[in-house]
Amino acid sequence: MKSGSSRYGLVLFAVYLLFYGGFVALNAIAPESMEVTILLGLNVAVVYGFALIFGAVLLSAVYGFLCGDASRSRNVEGVRQ
Amino acid sequence: MIYESSPLAVLIFCLFVSFTLGLSFWLGRKAKSSEGYFAAHGQIPWFVNGVAFAGDYLSAASFLGICGMIAFYGYDGFLYSIGYLAGWIVALFVVAEPMKKLGRFTFADALDSRFNSSGIKLAAGISTLVVSVFYLIPQMVGAGALVTPLLGFDHWQGVVMVGAVVILIVVTAGMVSTTWVQFLKGAMLVVFSAVLTWMILQRGLRVSDGGADGHRFASLRVTHADFTDSDSVLGGVQDVEQLTGDDGWEKAKEKFVRLRNRVTGEVSVWLARRNGDSEQADWLLSEAQTLTKTADGKTLVNGKPKGKKKGEPELHPVGYLTELPGGVQETGPLSFLGFFRTLQDSRVVLWRNEKLVHGDGSQTTVFYQQVTSGSQVLRPGEHPTFRGIRSSKPTDRINFVSLMLALFCGTASLPHILIRYYTVKDAGSARKSTIVGIASIGFFYVLTFYLGLGAMTSGQLDVSDENMSAPLLARGMNTWLFAAISAIAFTTVLGTVSGLILAAAGAVAHDLLGSVLKLQMSDTEKVRVAKMSSVLIGAVAIVLGILFQKMNPTFLVGWAFSVAASANLPSLVMILFWPRVTKQGIVAAILVGMVSSLTWILLSGEAYSKVYGLDAATAIVPFSQPGILTIPLGFLTLVVVSLLTPKPVSSVQ
Repeated sequence: MKSGSSRYGLVLFAVYLLFYGGFVALNAIAPESMEVTILLGLNVAVVYGFALIFGAVLLSAVYGFLCGDASRSRNVEGVRQ
Repeated sequence: MIYESSPLAVLIFCLFVSFTLGLSFWLGRKAKSSEGYFAAHGQIPWFVNGVAFAGDYLSAASFLGICGMIAFYGYDGFLYSIGYLAGWIVALFVVAEPMKKLGRFTFADALDSRFNSSGIKLAAGISTLVVSVFYLIPQMVGAGALVTPLLGFDHWQGVVMVGAVVILIVVTAGMVSTTWVQFLKGAMLVVFSAVLTWMILQRGLRVSDGGADGHRFASLRVTHADFTDSDSVLGGVQDVEQLTGDDGWEKAKEKFVRLRNRVTGEVSVWLARRNGDSEQADWLLSEAQTLTKTADGKTLVNGKPKGKKKGEPELHPVGYLTELPGGVQETGPLSFLGFFRTLQDSRVVLWRNEKLVHGDGSQTTVFYQQVTSGSQVLRPGEHPTFRGIRSSKPTDRINFVSLMLALFCGTASLPHILIRYYTVKDAGSARKSTIVGIASIGFFYVLTFYLGLGAMTSGQLDVSDENMSAPLLARGMNTWLFAAISAIAFTTVLGTVSGLILAAAGAVAHDLLGSVLKLQMSDTEKVRVAKMSSVLIGAVAIVLGILFQKMNPTFLVGWAFSVAASANLPSLVMILFWPRVTKQGIVAAILVGMVSSLTWILLSGEAYSKVYGLDAATAIVPFSQPGILTIPLGFLTLVVVSLLTPKPVSSVQ
């Protein structure tokens, strides 16, 4: 588990874990904060919830791009050798 | 409610199921070897596999359970959407590629890749069976809930029908047909949910005082405080008397008032609430609905025998707003965000219920109105499972954190999801198909919020069955859509159940019989044993689906996630990242995680109240969701046992 893709994966995993953990902690510690209107007339619960879903899709796309890039680089190296 | 089948719905449904079965038989020709039966020869294109991930994962719990929970409780159902999707991050970033590299047919293959240990195969095989059966129950419950309005069948008939069709699919063609069924179902579920969402937004929101059947729920304002004066209770309405509050009614937590019409003899039930905080405040009586199961097995609706066709006594459909911002009666079409902004400033009538037991053994469920502000609907903490986040008891908040942890860790530990990594050709395809899966599933989960809230304000809800919210929402739009949505939802169950049965059958044939009991089987025999196992597991699922009829699928799936995450995740993660792990450590972690989480669940307050019918307060364990303790316990067990046992001779880096 020392490939480039696994390194990218672990970094992105840590980013999402913090994001998700923040949501769970906010709900558990300060649930009243979820009712506060923060963006475009929407409350924290709706905005954070959608951000977690779209964030997961975005990070997975970034991961796919990075791994594709890494795999292309390896292929080029292989051809040179 | 009375469900009458529509010929059009039945026709579309039959076409759908026939097509699915035809596809299975056709593809079945290609799945004679165990490689083909369990892993579709590893030849499924990554995009198809990605959408099939969505078809496999978006189960009855996602479609029926989450939409139902949002329709009745608001934001809380969306918490499941968030948690279920977040779990895919673990699957993609941690598990996907190594699983493909290390395994062959089952996830036990990956765990056992370094050791060739029958102990690991045994533990992982048992864990696969337990998790799959736990996960099968809600799918079968969802199947029964779907067939009732579509075909007019009883719940048990729906469960038997789904079981029979799924067994046929799995027995005929294994992973090849299962994948294509899941692909079709996943694609259509997302597309039709998007269409339904668009229709919800075009319809907008409107004010009403009753549901789609035209019944208007009455309210009475009463000035007399003790309800002893019937004229006062009735606010001037004559010929009605108040019944005494005994025979179980005196034990109700809410204050219910029963009124009998002296002329017709009809009894109506009302929820009484003070219209303000002071002792002198007026009382407001709002009309309730009742469903009584008599001791001799009859069903009464609002005191009369339940009807069998339209026009006869039935529970009235509900789901409406009493107030919109600006005092308007109707909004017209709304934008994606405007829908939430408008709802946030509205008032919605939600329905709650309370069960009462009478002296003769009969039981009455009283469904009563609860006018709720839109801002409350769009925040977490209304559903009993999540109410704890506003509680002063720390254990209630721990319960919430524990559930969200189990959802996060559970996805990547589900055997029927893990085996899908073996159906593509290489690790890169496994990664790409997971990304497609995340995009499809994420999009669908965004739609669930609209579908649930759309159902909440549709006037179509059945107060006695929240699982029916999404199909009933579609029925309110038009019959074609209802037929299509019901057929897709039915296929939803088929897709997920096929995957689960296949995972369980693989565990029996490949892990338990082949590797543990060392039965020498030819390729054909192995497939035959897997097919026989599928029939047996399908039969068990049918029985459990009938027994657990009344439980919300989402709730049950939450338990399956806890068991899967506790039993499987520690070993899966540690085999990838810790060279010192030993076979004894893996076996111990699986068994300790599985037994501890199962035991905790069976001793929890939720099991006490929802399974055993006992008082939740008398439960042995302090909170219901075990993940926060049992997942770390699995990791700890693995580390300790591995350190206490000899180092493995070789290790894969």
